[in-house]
Amino acid sequence: MRDVSIIGIGQIEVAEHWDRSLRHLGGDAVLAAMQNAGIETADALYVGNMLSGLLTGQEHLGALIADFVGLRGIEAVKVEAACGSGAAALRLGYATVAGGLHDVVIVAGLEKMTDTANAETTTGLVMAADADYESIHGLTFVSINALLMRRYMYEYKIRHEDFAPFSVNAHRNAVGNPYAMFRRPITVEQFRRARMISDPINLMDSSGIGDGAAAVVLVPSCMAKDYRNGGAVRILASSMATDAVAVHDRPDPLWLSAVEASAFKAYQQAEVGPRDIDLFELHDAFTIMSALSLEASGFAERGKGVWLAQAGEITREGRIPVCTMGGLKARGHPVGATGIYQIVEVVQQLRGKAGANQISNAQLGMAQNIGGSGATVITHILEAQD
Amino acid sequence: MSIPRHWRLQDQRYSMVGEVCNSCGAKLFPPRDVCPECSKPAYEPYTFSGNGKVYSHSTVYQAPTGYEAFVPYTVALVKLDEGPLVTAQLTDVDGDEVEIGMPVEMVTRKLREEGEDGLIVYGYKFRKVLHEQTS
Repeated sequence: MRDVSIIGIGQIEVAEHWDRSLRHLGGDAVLAAMQNAGIETADALYVGNMLSGLLTGQEHLGALIADFVGLRGIEAVKVEAACGSGAAALRLGYATVAGGLHDVVIVAGLEKMTDTANAETTTGLVMAADADYESIHGLTFVSINALLMRRYMYEYKIRHEDFAPFSVNAHRNAVGNPYAMFRRPITVEQFRRARMISDPINLMDSSGIGDGAAAVVLVPSCMAKDYRNGGAVRILASSMATDAVAVHDRPDPLWLSAVEASAFKAYQQAEVGPRDIDLFELHDAFTIMSALSLEASGFAERGKGVWLAQAGEITREGRIPVCTMGGLKARGHPVGATGIYQIVEVVQQLRGKAGANQISNAQLGMAQNIGGSGATVITHILEAQD
Repeated sequence: MSIPRHWRLQDQRYSMVGEVCNSCGAKLFPPRDVCPECSKPAYEPYTFSGNGKVYSHSTVYQAPTGYEAFVPYTVALVKLDEGPLVTAQLTDVDGDEVEIGMPVEMVTRKLREEGEDGLIVYGYKFRKVLHEQTS
């Protein structure tokens, strides 16, 4: 196994890009990453995407994007793991570089979500769930998370407004990120009074749907110096774990066992523990997921994730800053692209290029991308490289 | 939407037929052929009573395609008396009345329809238990 480093990053603003098609969005991010890495060609392109077939009638994104960015002929394929598609594609890219199959690999995450009406997008998102036993009953992806949140509030005697710090923190951090969708702060009062989506989840518990694309370039760490790039960041750990797709098939719905398995495999590979992590880009699709992720990843005890946020420990000044560039909540959640945005943001932090949002002396960053309500979880730990 | 996709699940949708594991006795719904408790084969059909309690619930205001006519509707995780959790809608009840722990029973209702001339899918929903069982 070879060590693998990220030498280039590219991203576009998460927004409603009505004037740009799927291929243009993907192309912009890939070309930006190639430029940042100082490469002109690559051995392979892996594209994380969840819903292009349903929402734009376009599958086959590997060949489509490779051709569009001038890389016609290379190995290229789409990777799908619901909202975890982006990091799943990175995991594949990592494996091919670590294993010696390729030397230069581009991994992109790409999603076009605003060409369709709300009901269609809602229908698409719930494809992450169990079609025969969850979705057929009219469940939406939001309502599946709402079932978890209600039970969490019941078991741990937590009020809805106690979740506010997750969204307040995300919006505060998005202000300093020019690629974020919602670059404005919110108050606890705004959180409390937001429109109900699927009770107890309201609009301010929920991540924003938008179009987005982000990309990274991977090379073996020993070759990083061969490129005139924007700074290399080593991938210390890459791990994936799975759980039952349907929440009802899990013996303990309030414990995300795939988060635990994925995080602790990553700690083991990197030879670090939760205490060593300087920032954590977690998968805050809904506030409840932030709490559950912090708990199962070892940052808080069971039922205490919300109190870690209440204590201010998740802010840029806290013990474990999360969503440092806005997170899914405020940077936006273009589902299949999200996992790569998280990686791009950790790289920005470890390069010391996060601007106003810079976490001081950031050496180790963790990113965790979740497919569905916890069925596929991919964790990466990155380290600043000299 | 394809008819066979729903037809082949009629035992589950109308009668809650799951499976029981011959090795460890775990009762499984939905059926899955390999017991998640002990990883041994589980092919023996088992019909669930349809009785349980609300484990969690939510009300949907923004529905996926095919469910718009039902909005708002209450969805729930129901803990069946035999053990498994099942995802379903609650019916014949106001969202405000629903509480975690409320006893419910299975009934057969319309799950969705595909437009005026389209397929109607029936299956289980749960309602508040009307009478305490005497037997």
